[in-house]
Amino acid sequence: MGIETEYGVSVPGQPNTNQMLASSLVVNSYANRTSSSGSRARWDFEEESPLRDARGFELPREPAVDPSAPANEDDLGLANVILTNGARLYVDHAHPEFSSPEVTNPRDVVLWDKAGERVMAEAARRALTVPGSKPVNLYKNNTDNKGVSYGCHENYLMARSTPFGEIVRNLTPFFVSRQVVCGAGRVGLGVDSREAGFQISQRADFFEVEVGLETTLKRPIINTRDEPHADPEKYRRLHVIIGDANMSEVATYLKVGTTALVLAMIEDGWFSVDLSVDGPVAALRAISHDPSLKHLVTLRDGRKMTGVQLQMEYFEQARKYVENRFGSDVDPQTADILSRWESVLGRLEVDPMSCSRELDWVAKLSILEGYRSRDALAWDSPRLELVDLQYHDVRPDKGLYNRLVERGRFDLVVSEDEVTRAMTEPPEDTRAFFRGRCLARYPQQVAAASWDSVIFDIGRDSLQRVPTLEPLRGTRAHVGELLDRCATAADLVDALAGR
Amino acid sequence: MATRDSGGGQQHTNRQADEVEEVAAEGNEASDLKERHEKLSEDVDSLLDEIDDVLEENAEEFVKGYVQKGGE
Repeated sequence: MGIETEYGVSVPGQPNTNQMLASSLVVNSYANRTSSSGSRARWDFEEESPLRDARGFELPREPAVDPSAPANEDDLGLANVILTNGARLYVDHAHPEFSSPEVTNPRDVVLWDKAGERVMAEAARRALTVPGSKPVNLYKNNTDNKGVSYGCHENYLMARSTPFGEIVRNLTPFFVSRQVVCGAGRVGLGVDSREAGFQISQRADFFEVEVGLETTLKRPIINTRDEPHADPEKYRRLHVIIGDANMSEVATYLKVGTTALVLAMIEDGWFSVDLSVDGPVAALRAISHDPSLKHLVTLRDGRKMTGVQLQMEYFEQARKYVENRFGSDVDPQTADILSRWESVLGRLEVDPMSCSRELDWVAKLSILEGYRSRDALAWDSPRLELVDLQYHDVRPDKGLYNRLVERGRFDLVVSEDEVTRAMTEPPEDTRAFFRGRCLARYPQQVAAASWDSVIFDIGRDSLQRVPTLEPLRGTRAHVGELLDRCATAADLVDALAGR
Repeated sequence: MATRDSGGGQQHTNRQADEVEEVAAEGNEASDLKERHEKLSEDVDSLLDEIDDVLEENAEEFVKGYVQKGGE
């Protein structure tokens, strides 16, 4: 699994800044200083096909629906690098984006997602040292409240054999309701905040259809992009575009942990109940617009329940599934996800504010309510909108989430030492290890890399491409010793070729 | 409900005892909640003072100037 986040970018006092250039400045500042050698591997697009649809057809390439095409001239020449931790740091449209390395578990998603925040903060700090540059602020949020949204996408590797219809049927009600746990909170209702108020999710108002391929127009609850970055016969990569970018580590942990559990149940054909919701797009918004958590959605079978109760239904299914499949052999992280999930849902039913140490929307709402009562502010007050925005500022001294952590007001999942290491070190149990270690060990000889290949220029007639189509190969156990043994990239290529 | 109402005298007594307990339990919960909320709001007050110090100047201009291009 993995997570990719686009950050909001702004140069205060300069609203007309060219955001693509500002984003490039940030990314290049980080990349140039990081590779002291001056050589930078470029991203290799050869295997990418973002317009392939999981339902089995391919869309014609049109600029408006094309999320990451190298052919898009706006993006030509924009910064795009691979880091030694196996992540991709680049400019996607007009936003700096950090795509985490591939990991095998929710805790590692949290670790490299947090490392991405620190990389962004460091990148903006380094950009300041470029002569003539203005300070660039970066925000890990999802909207400017003026009609524009940018994403935080999750990716899950699944068996190709899983019928896509089953994914849609069982996952849609889950995505409609999981915001009660992993919503990031937002001041303003409607895509351009035309109505005043608070809602649970940053993204809910930007979704218009149930299933589809687009990510920038007519956004679908279930995205059908079919681009596995792995052996397409064996795998699909479920591309999830509906999530908010979370600051809270517990929220990210539960977001990907509970989603992975639901996907495992779907893959395993476990669901015997149908939790389909009437009008899921409207239900998604209605749940988001009711932070009292009382809104009832109607299921196709006629039952009515709140978003929290719908999540409880999924929790019960997951608890039974894990009990049935693993019993007492359950791994500690799965057990931890289940127990935190149950605890959070139970408390959301009784007293949502008791989750202010764990959930972004609750923490944000408690600050906002504090301002509202102390200063008698209405929901359309710019000060409340500023609190909403600045909650996501990645700077340690300015970001309100970071201030809350500093004061011990948030539960954490990973330690800051681990996060610092994850800024440069790859996970050890996926192919990201091979990619990241090659970058660190042979920076001059890696000509390009992508999710599924590393390309070496070792001074021979042609470039040497090492495919990495199997996500669980290229681990420390698999190639660690080989990389230690090979002093040069030429040695490595020869060893891999059996020469 | 109908079946419970048609129950015998013994059941009736038990049910009333249950109800009293339930009400009492809710009462405790409510006062716990109130206490927790009071403590929480004291906390929030001191937090707001700190946030005041780091919030960007001129909120209105700042949020108006935060304009993004589409992404994804």
